[in-house]
Amino acid sequence: MKFAVISFPGSNCDYDMYYAVKDILKEPVEMVSYNENSLDGFDAVLIPGGFSYGDYLRSGAIAKFARIMPSLIDFANAGKPVLGVCNGFQILTEIGLLPGALQNNRDMQFISEYEALTVENNKTIFTSEYETKQNIMIPIAHGEGNYYCSENELEDLKANKQIVFTYNNNPNGSVANIAGVTNKNGNVMGMMPHPERAVEKILGSEDGVQLFKSILKSFRGGTEVE
Amino acid sequence: MSNTEISPQEIKDKKVYRDWGLTDYEYNLISTKLLHRLPNYTETGLYSGMWSEHCSYKNSKEVLKEFWTKGSRVLQGPGEGAGVLDIGDNQAVVFKAESHNHPSFVEPFEGAATGVGGIIRDIFSMGAKPIASLDSLRFGELTNSKNKYLLEKVVSGIAHYGNCIGVPTVGGEIAFDSSYDGNPLVNVMCVGLMNQDNLESGLAQGSGNSIIYVGAKTGRDGINGATFASSQFSDEEDSDRSAVQVGDPFMEKLLVDACLEIINQHSDALVGIQDMGACGIVSSSAEMASKANSGIHINLDLVPQREPNMTPYEIMLSESQERMLLCVKKGKEQEVIDVFKKYGLDAVNIGNVSDDGRYVLTQDNNTVCDIPTRTLVDDVPRYHHESKRPARLDKNNSANIAVENPSKTLTDLLSSPTIASKHSIYRQYDTRVQANTVVSPGSDSAVVRIRHTNKSLAMTTDCNARYIYLDPYIGGQIAISEAARNIVASGAVPIGITDCLNFGNPDNAESFYELDQSVQGISKACQLFDTPVISGNVSLYNETDNKAIYPTPMIGMVGLIEDNQHITTQEFKDSNDLIYIIGETYDDYSGSELQKLVSKKIEGKKIEGKIEHFDLDIENKNQNLIHQAIINNLVNSVHDVSEGGLGVSLSECCFKNNFGVDAKINITSSQLFSETQSRFVVSINPKNQKDFEKLMQDNATLIGKVTDNESFNLSLLDNQVNVKLSILKSAWEDSLECLMK
Repeated sequence: MKFAVISFPGSNCDYDMYYAVKDILKEPVEMVSYNENSLDGFDAVLIPGGFSYGDYLRSGAIAKFARIMPSLIDFANAGKPVLGVCNGFQILTEIGLLPGALQNNRDMQFISEYEALTVENNKTIFTSEYETKQNIMIPIAHGEGNYYCSENELEDLKANKQIVFTYNNNPNGSVANIAGVTNKNGNVMGMMPHPERAVEKILGSEDGVQLFKSILKSFRGGTEVE
Repeated sequence: MSNTEISPQEIKDKKVYRDWGLTDYEYNLISTKLLHRLPNYTETGLYSGMWSEHCSYKNSKEVLKEFWTKGSRVLQGPGEGAGVLDIGDNQAVVFKAESHNHPSFVEPFEGAATGVGGIIRDIFSMGAKPIASLDSLRFGELTNSKNKYLLEKVVSGIAHYGNCIGVPTVGGEIAFDSSYDGNPLVNVMCVGLMNQDNLESGLAQGSGNSIIYVGAKTGRDGINGATFASSQFSDEEDSDRSAVQVGDPFMEKLLVDACLEIINQHSDALVGIQDMGACGIVSSSAEMASKANSGIHINLDLVPQREPNMTPYEIMLSESQERMLLCVKKGKEQEVIDVFKKYGLDAVNIGNVSDDGRYVLTQDNNTVCDIPTRTLVDDVPRYHHESKRPARLDKNNSANIAVENPSKTLTDLLSSPTIASKHSIYRQYDTRVQANTVVSPGSDSAVVRIRHTNKSLAMTTDCNARYIYLDPYIGGQIAISEAARNIVASGAVPIGITDCLNFGNPDNAESFYELDQSVQGISKACQLFDTPVISGNVSLYNETDNKAIYPTPMIGMVGLIEDNQHITTQEFKDSNDLIYIIGETYDDYSGSELQKLVSKKIEGKKIEGKIEHFDLDIENKNQNLIHQAIINNLVNSVHDVSEGGLGVSLSECCFKNNFGVDAKINITSSQLFSETQSRFVVSINPKNQKDFEKLMQDNATLIGKVTDNESFNLSLLDNQVNVKLSILKSAWEDSLECLMK
């Protein structure tokens, strides 16, 4: 399974994502510049965290106009897996591939912590290796991770089981404790916590590994991943 | 600054150079001995910047040469952007610390942010990837609203820059004392990792080679900031705001990536690279040229400028951030410029290297400066300062303090801001970006693993300035020892240090004595621990209205962990683990947090007392024993004993995993808070008792065990401590946030 990590000017978790796939999942992975215009040949796209374009204007807002974006939208519309983490999540809401928006944290401060999350739905291509209601520890590091959506959108998210991860102790004021959501189709997911930072015991948690394994398992038609 | 430049004769007659920090002696030296003519406006400005203490170390060089800088690992000692140490496997660690005290007082957010940006540039200009940063901060007491404001803004400035650029802020320390009222200290350390083949230097050589400017455009910000940093503050003068720069971490992220790509993939095109730090273009270009005895010719019309009508003085002395200067081989310019273009960065060929040794600037086809390059860098006078031992050092009294209620004293100490948890601060820093952070803030040292190896680097910043004030020589030794204790406690072997020497005005003989003696103390300890000084920075004139700070030589130390299995943290791991103290406890209260708490008169330099019972050999022996215990896998936790003594150390071991303690210690209630050096608290699995005690001989004292009942019970010679852990923990955890409200 071939992964692409899209790197924007200002992305700073791109290599963390790259190494999680290369060293831990042990699948082929390439860095793809924001300035490319094709995602041909890739089976999954990862949009990493960081401060694309310095988060100037609004986080994720300028990335929307990058040259790679039409290809990314086509890729997502073709039903292939797209995962956005942190700034990647912000970018996916900005281009409309995911519902809602991410606002300043409730306390108006950047927060860097290990957070306990609950897996709300394990029937997605990103979470099949977890149990529903499983508690996992994944670090967050963001200033604008306060998820917002309208009441109607929230009802939709619930009805379609699009809420994938919630915070056990809501750190940032997110609506319904939301830490991660998918699109209606289930092939695009955004989350503020960083699973790529929780893939080795020495880093404090391996709870992010199953997320990457789930993507691979789904690609292999449900075959278990070692 | 007016654009109508005054004439050389007017500069001389009106002694304008004095406003820029040059003395009459220096000005006369320049005009009569070096140039044999009067320097013009631009030239005078260049000298004032380059001859400032910040750029030239003219007041401290005599002292700095005392530093021990050798050692088998040293690949690059002081003198370049940062020092470099061999860590095996063809890899090297690069680190340096720098102060941004004055800018952070005037504009705390940008001052701190650009401090982070500046030190990161020093690291990647050596060819290394910045992998971690640490901050050592000092403020006045938080009872003062200005200090709260400074702390809040400095922390958010550090977070803003570090988080955005993607370098994890993994550690640091903060202390509060009223001697820093009006003169906070903001010292930032950055650590980088590189392949030894990529080692670069700031060099401009080879006649005809090109000088390439890259990064942000030059504006009128921070003009002659080095002169500003080398002068004292006065309450009446508040017009220095333009001397503070504004940072753009996004731009710097692009610069790091682009420069490292050039160093990694286009090294045959690159002759040298240096960041434009203090004194901007003039210091980077003049230093690069003088190292190679070259000349340099720059056409100022080609320098990218943010504002129209900038004078040569403004262009050359601007400290606009996020700019680098490269020397590139003739014919290879486009290759380098194309890499920068890919990152959306402006790179411009602004001049070239010459073999005439002259520093020549032209603007609008006029020569605005033509002076020997070496006069800017190598001909700076060195000053020998008078040194006078302060009378306070000869008072032989040692403080003695009676503690009536040790439970209450412990709770009070845990909530004092210097000791209290800094969680509310470091939670604002991205501590884990790059996914290599093993031990994040809150333990003795931060630990960052080296990806694709089984090794890690431990790092810490330390300095107890009150000890330096009470005894600069012993205090200097203690500063190194404490840093090494933190490094050793994390499972590492100390390999080198950087420093920021924050002192008062060196023209004051007592201030100079403090500087000189503490440097000698530091150097002596460095030699013993085999931790050479590989880089550093000097910040003198830390005075506001003639009131100096405590002498504060901040030490940044790095250690190497050869096997990640040996990474050790301070918190207790299991109930029933046995607790030992390594090192003897005496009545040491001079300069202690207990003394501060009880006497209330420790603030503002009113302290006195003798530093006793410190012995470098015992320190070294105890550290070696701890290291042996760790590498033989005999311990579950190690924590050093520092501010607040054993009481505080034992409490800190309990907090993270909510364990209690049941112990009997043969010390008095007062001694529970004594700050005798060279001590550790260790917990071990009972199955290792025999091996551990055999290793320690009579150097470790078994005091009790870890319990899971969440209560803190100590039986002392004269009293008992029985407190619920939750009470101690909330005193420690909530204090800083409450004080900031």
